Amino acid sequence: MTKFLQTLMDGMAVGSLYALIALGYTMVYGILKFINFAHSDIFVLGAWISFTVASMLGWAAADAHAPVWAGPLVLLTAMAACGLVGFTVERLAYKPLRRAPRLNVLITAIGVSLFLQNFGQLPFVFGAQPQRMPSLVADRVLASFSGVQVRLVDVIGAGSAVALMVALEWLVFHSKMGRAMRAVSYSTSVASLMGINVDRVISFTFVLGSALAAAAGFLYAMKYPGLNQPAHTTWVLLGLKAFVAAVIGGIGNIRGAMLGGFLIGGIELFGAAYLSPQLRDVYVFALLILVLLVKPTGLVGKAVVEKV
Amino acid sequence: MAMLEVKDLVVRYGAIEALHGVSLSVERGQIVTLIGSNGAGKTTTLRAISGLVRAAAGSITFEGRPIANQPPHRILRQGLVQSPEGRGIFANMTVAENLDLGAFARDDKAGIASDREKSLSLFPRLRERLSQNAGTLSGGEQQMLAMARALLARPKLLLLDEPSLGLAPQVVQTIFQIIREINAAGTTILLVEQNAHMALSISHFGYVLEVGRIAMADKASTLEASDEVRKAYLGVG
Repeated sequence: MTKFLQTLMDGMAVGSLYALIALGYTMVYGILKFINFAHSDIFVLGAWISFTVASMLGWAAADAHAPVWAGPLVLLTAMAACGLVGFTVERLAYKPLRRAPRLNVLITAIGVSLFLQNFGQLPFVFGAQPQRMPSLVADRVLASFSGVQVRLVDVIGAGSAVALMVALEWLVFHSKMGRAMRAVSYSTSVASLMGINVDRVISFTFVLGSALAAAAGFLYAMKYPGLNQPAHTTWVLLGLKAFVAAVIGGIGNIRGAMLGGFLIGGIELFGAAYLSPQLRDVYVFALLILVLLVKPTGLVGKAVVEKV
Repeated sequence: MAMLEVKDLVVRYGAIEALHGVSLSVERGQIVTLIGSNGAGKTTTLRAISGLVRAAAGSITFEGRPIANQPPHRILRQGLVQSPEGRGIFANMTVAENLDLGAFARDDKAGIASDREKSLSLFPRLRERLSQNAGTLSGGEQQMLAMARALLARPKLLLLDEPSLGLAPQVVQTIFQIIREINAAGTTILLVEQNAHMALSISHFGYVLEVGRIAMADKASTLEASDEVRKAYLGVG
């Protein structure tokens, strides 16, 4: 029972991070109908900017004690910086290709991804060495029941992730900008006939998705402080699994991405705990194959009838 | 001076030229119709006016200002509103949300509320269906929603692309009656139709478009009486 509860908690903690990243994939797909392969690199950037800001402010030193507001400050800085990067990438790389075939955009996204990975490893950027993220939250056990420890960092992590998802849900389904996003995702030409500035909605979507990925990067660095260098393969795998989460939920569907994220996190950690920890990636991709076989549109996705 | 002035408009899709220099004008307060068979370029003309496709050559002037190749959202803000072909309603949103999107470019809350009231009294069926998903409406109701939504943008000139498409004759009658009422209330209308008879019967002026060129232009009543139009578009003779 202890093991089950502990695994469940860890699964949800990791799942919330997958969900945050998956949201960016799914929102961009919903609007531009292409997979932004550079999205996972924004997540990496979020983690590394968090580290850079924290160490610049002197909280990386061994004897440093970060104040209570350190976490929120670093989080918001990373979100803002990554939002700006997302905006710039869209403007420079994707916007000129608005009328180009989708394959061109896809290839460009892979190029952007490689650029971000390798640019990040330059000595004057983040460097090619792994680093250790300082703990900005006191490592405290809040409660402990039947051997399961509820740690402060996990509560804060899952709490922030859920808060961000609730905020996004409100934004997309109840605000004017959200309505414009859904309209553009349904049809860019009809949306523009409503007076919606489509380019602005696309920019906004990129900023939003990138900020969420940055938040995931920060929370990931808090939970797993050993940061690999930006081009390390562990990052690629994390991003890929978040993409799988978006596909399993139904690409283009926001609630699906959230569901998919938690599902992937759960499957991965339960498989690792009860079957074999070596095969944790296998469970995720096996689930993907299963979903694609049984319900190719994803769990929440609907079949789209192409207009004739 | 005419409200809308299109001069020598050329539109190309890749290597194919769809419009070879179309000129037409719409006088304020009138209903002007553009008839023609499938593929003549009627929809392309409207799409170019609204900024959805590029004008390769020629000029489009609305209320004295050139608008050719401006982005669609900016053209809409000048009072030139289009209800597109195939209605283009957002099937995944409710009727109420569709109407809200019609007023997207406005922020005068009181004005929107009163226009919404006016639209709903013009199309009372929509009022009963406000919270329903727009995709579940019948074809006629969807057309009504598309027109009501366009009215919420407060058009000076309303472009209607094939409002009768795929509708039962009785519904078509209702729709054309409402188009007349909208015009009587002060909105100028440019109507694209395959149903030439209905379109000419409510219009002041008409243009006949044939493969990317204006073939005839005259008062609607004259066109309706002309032998060529009767033969080609009204199925008479």
